Amino acid sequence: MAEEQTASEKRPVVIQELEDVVIRFAGDSGDGMQLTGTQFTNTAAIVGNDISTLPDYPAEIRAPAGTLAGVSGFQVHMAQSHIWTPGDTPDVLIAMNPAALKASLPDLEPGASIIINTDAFTPANLAKAGYETNPLRDGSLKNFQVYEVPITTLNRNAVQDVEGLSPKQLDRSRNFFALGLVYWLYDRPLEPTMEWVKKKFAKRPEIIEANIRALQAGYNYGDTTRLFQTRYRIRPASLPPGTYRKVSGNEALAMGLVTAARKAGKPLFYGSYPITPASDILHALAPLRNYDVITFQAEDEIAAMGSVVGAAFGGAMAATGTSGPGIALKSEAINLAVMLELPMVIIDVQRGGPSTGLPTKTEQSDLLQVLFGRNGESPLPVLAPATPAECFDIALMAFRIAVRAMTPVIVLSDGYLGNSAQPWNIPDPDDIPPIEIKHPTEPNGNGVFLPYKRDPETLARPWAIPGAAGLEHRIGGLEKAPEYGNVSYSPHDHEQMVRERAEKIARLVEFIPELDVFGPEEGDLLVLGWGSTYGAIHAAVADAQNRDLPVAHAHLRYLNPFPRNLGDVLSRYKRVLVPEMNMGQLAMLLRSQYLCDVTPLNKVQGRPFKIIEISRKIDEMLSGAEK
Amino acid sequence: MTTIQLTRKDFVSDQTVRWCPGCGDYAILAQMQKVLPELGIPKENIVFISGIGCSSRFPYYMNTYGIHSIHGRAPTLATGLKLANPDLSVWVITGDGDALSIGGNHLLHAARRNVDINLILFNNRIYGLTKGQYSPTSPRGTRTKSSPMGTIEWPLNPISIALAAEATFVARTVDVLQKHMHDIFLQAANHKGFSFVEVLQNCVIFNDGAWEQYANRKLRDDNDIFLEPGKPMVFGRYSDKGLIQTPDGLEIVELNDEYTIDDLAVHHVESLELAWELSRFQYPKPLPLGVIYNVTRETFGEGVRGQIADAKVLKGEGDLYKLYNAGETWQVKKNGRK
Repeated sequence: MAEEQTASEKRPVVIQELEDVVIRFAGDSGDGMQLTGTQFTNTAAIVGNDISTLPDYPAEIRAPAGTLAGVSGFQVHMAQSHIWTPGDTPDVLIAMNPAALKASLPDLEPGASIIINTDAFTPANLAKAGYETNPLRDGSLKNFQVYEVPITTLNRNAVQDVEGLSPKQLDRSRNFFALGLVYWLYDRPLEPTMEWVKKKFAKRPEIIEANIRALQAGYNYGDTTRLFQTRYRIRPASLPPGTYRKVSGNEALAMGLVTAARKAGKPLFYGSYPITPASDILHALAPLRNYDVITFQAEDEIAAMGSVVGAAFGGAMAATGTSGPGIALKSEAINLAVMLELPMVIIDVQRGGPSTGLPTKTEQSDLLQVLFGRNGESPLPVLAPATPAECFDIALMAFRIAVRAMTPVIVLSDGYLGNSAQPWNIPDPDDIPPIEIKHPTEPNGNGVFLPYKRDPETLARPWAIPGAAGLEHRIGGLEKAPEYGNVSYSPHDHEQMVRERAEKIARLVEFIPELDVFGPEEGDLLVLGWGSTYGAIHAAVADAQNRDLPVAHAHLRYLNPFPRNLGDVLSRYKRVLVPEMNMGQLAMLLRSQYLCDVTPLNKVQGRPFKIIEISRKIDEMLSGAEK
Repeated sequence: MTTIQLTRKDFVSDQTVRWCPGCGDYAILAQMQKVLPELGIPKENIVFISGIGCSSRFPYYMNTYGIHSIHGRAPTLATGLKLANPDLSVWVITGDGDALSIGGNHLLHAARRNVDINLILFNNRIYGLTKGQYSPTSPRGTRTKSSPMGTIEWPLNPISIALAAEATFVARTVDVLQKHMHDIFLQAANHKGFSFVEVLQNCVIFNDGAWEQYANRKLRDDNDIFLEPGKPMVFGRYSDKGLIQTPDGLEIVELNDEYTIDDLAVHHVESLELAWELSRFQYPKPLPLGVIYNVTRETFGEGVRGQIADAKVLKGEGDLYKLYNAGETWQVKKNGRK
C-alpha cells in the first residue's frame, strides 16, 4: 500500500492505495440512492476499475418515509483487479437516515466506515426506524469508524439561493452532496456526473444548478473539513484490451435480442407485459424502433405470449420477457409454441416466489417451473447466463437454438443479474456470425407441403411463413400426424410425435458447448452452479485454490439439454457441491439424471450468495467437519 | 397488376368437415369460401386464427394459412402476426365462450387498439364442444347441464361490448341469411381496422332454436331490422314499420297516414350514440342486423410502422455499433489502460 502526501491540498491528507473497496449508499426509497450508486459506478467504470453492483430496493415505490420497509440501497464493488461479486460486506456505508443505518448494520464488519447524515437523526426518524436510543450517542457504533456529517444542512447552505425551486425541491439534491463527498474520499473526477446532470435535466436549468452545486459542495466539504484525514485511490484494473462500457443483465439481454434479429436480417418482435424485474428489457427495446424493433405492451402476460407465437408464425424474430408469475400465465401459450414448433425466445428474470413473492429480490426458483410447468410432455431448451455481460451472448445463442430446432427457448436470468452491472468488453458487431434462416418456397412432398416433415439432422420442421404460395397449411394445438401435421388422435401418431419432439431437443446436445472446468480435472470436490451464482462460486473456489485446496468449479449455461460431458465431469470428483438460490432444484435434476449424490447448498433470502458462505461450505466439506 | 382469379374451391381444404349435421357453422364456412375469391387477395396472404370450441375448427377447413390456437387467445396471436406481417389478411374465428368468457380481455384490447383484423364471433349462446353448458350469452334462466335450475347470470351483449371497447366496425348477421352474411363479410374484409362481426348461429344439438324468432323465415321480418347506411330505419314483413327519433330515443311506429317513410330516423353508421342505442334494443324492438357502426381510425399497425419510419428519419437506420457504444465507454490498451 503506497502512501503519499497530496501536494495541492490546503491541509495534509494522506492518500492510501486500496486493492478494492465495497461502498453502499442507503437511504429512503425517495432519496435517489439508486441514482447516486449508478453515478458512482459509472465514474468508477470510466476511471477504469473493475466493478460489480448490487441494487437492493423495496417493492413499494414510496414506502412510508423513514421506515425500514422503505430503505433503498445500492452497493458497488470497485477494484484494480478482476472481481466477481458486489462484495460480501460494505467497507463504507453512507446512511442517509436511521432506517438506512439500521437496515445495513447487520452486513457490516467491525472497522467499517459509516458516513451518517446526522440531520436525519431526529427523534421522529429514530422512532420510525425503531431505535429506542440514538445510535450516535449510545455507543452501539463504537466498533465502526463513524463520520457524522450534517448533510441536509450543509446542502441547504450550498443550494439555498438557486432560484425556481422550493426548499423541498432543493433538499432533494442532498444525495448529490453525499456523492460529491464520496467522490472526494475516493479521488474521483466530478465531470462524468456533471455531464450526465446537464444532459438529463437539459430542460430544467435550475435542477442542473442545484445538483451541480450540491455535488461540488460535497466534494469541497471533504477537501476542507478536518473530519477526513485520508483519501483512497484505486488504480485502474488490468482488464483485457478493448472498448468497455458498463452493462446490466437486462441491458445486455435487450442488445442480444436486437443483435440476433439484425444478424438474421429480420425485425425483432418483443411482446411483453410489465413485471418486476424484467420491465427494463422492454424499456431498453422500446426506443429502438429505428432498428426495426416492434415492442408490444400487451394487455396481460397471456396476450404477450400469444402475440409472440403469432409473430413467430409470421416469420419475425419473436421474444418476450417476464418473471416467474408471468411464466405461470404464459405456460399455456408456451406449450402451444412447443406443439406448433415455432422459434422464439422467452426470458424469465426470476424473483423470489411463490406467488407474488419478493418482486424486487432475486432467486433461482423457476428452474423446475420452466422445465416441467406445462401439461403433457413438453420439452424445450433452457439456458442461463452466468454474468450480466454474458446475458448478451446467451440471448444470441437462444435465438440460434430456437431457429435451428424450431422451438421456443427459455433464458433464465434473475433479479440480481438483471439489475447488477459490470464492465462489458464491447464486441465488434461485424465479428458476430449471421443467423442463417431458410424459409421454404417450394412444396417438400411430391407437390404438397408437409409442415411437419423434419430435417433428418436436427429434426426441425420447415418454417414456412404466410405469403409463400403453395405452402398454405394449418397448424394447431391438437396432436397431429407425423409429416402431414393434420389432426390425428391415433395412438401411434401421438407416441411418435411425443418422441420426436423430445428427440429434437435432446439432439441439441451436439450443438451446445461442453462444460468447462476451472481447476483440477478430477479430485475431491467440484462446485457446480448455474446462473447468477457464478461470481460468488468462482471467487470462493479461486480463494480455496489459492489455499491449495483440491476444489474445482464448473458452471452450467445449458440446463436442457445438459452438456454432453456433464455426467463424465460429475463422475471425476468424490463430491459435488451445488449452491443454488432455491431449495435444491438443479440438485434434484442431477440426482435423477446421473444418480449422483450431490450436496446442495441452498439460500432463499432474496439475496445473492456471499463468497464467504460458499467458502465456508467448501472448507467444511474438505475438512470433513460436516454435521 | 395481375388479377387473381380464385374460386370457392380454392379455399376448400382436404380435411373432412366434422361439425354436427345441420350445424349453423356449415353455412358460415360456405359463405366465407365464397367471399374470399371476391377480395382479390392471394390465398397465401390469408390467415385464419381460431381459439377453442366448435367454431374454432374453422381454420382446418380453409385452404389458407391457419392456426387453431388456444382457448380465447386467438386475438393475441392475430395481433402479433399482423404486426409482424402487415400485408396479411388476418381473420379470427371465435365463439361466444371463446371470445366473451375465457378470451374477454383479449377481445377488448384487440378492438381498442384497432388491430386491422376481422373477427367473426359465432354466437350460439351455448358451450357445444364441452357438451352443453351455458355460455356468457345464454339468456338468464337457461337450463343446461351446469345450470339445472336455470342460469342466474346476466348475459353479455356482444355488440355493446364491441362498441364499448372502441371497435371501429361492428356488424351482426345470422347464419341462415346467406346473402346478408356474404355482404357483411365483404364489408368487414374491406374495412381498414378492427372489424367485429357477430353471427347468430344455431346449435342443433345443445341449443336448437337459439335464435328462432330472429332466424325463422316466418318470424324474422317482424323481429329483425336490416340497417343500411344513410337509409331510413324501416322493418316488418311488409316494410310497414319503422323507427322514429323521440325525446326518449328511438320508438317503433306503424307506417300509415300518420307516419311516412320520410318521418323515420336515418341510420348513421358513424354515430356511436345511435349504434349504442341500437345495440341495447330489446323485444319488442327489432334486433338490429347489418353494419351497426363503421368509422375509420389509424390502425395499430399503421401507428407502429409510422413510428418506425419516424425513428429512422430522426435517428437514422439502426446501427449495432452505435447501440453497443451508447453512453459512456472507455478504452483499455494492451499495457494497462487509456
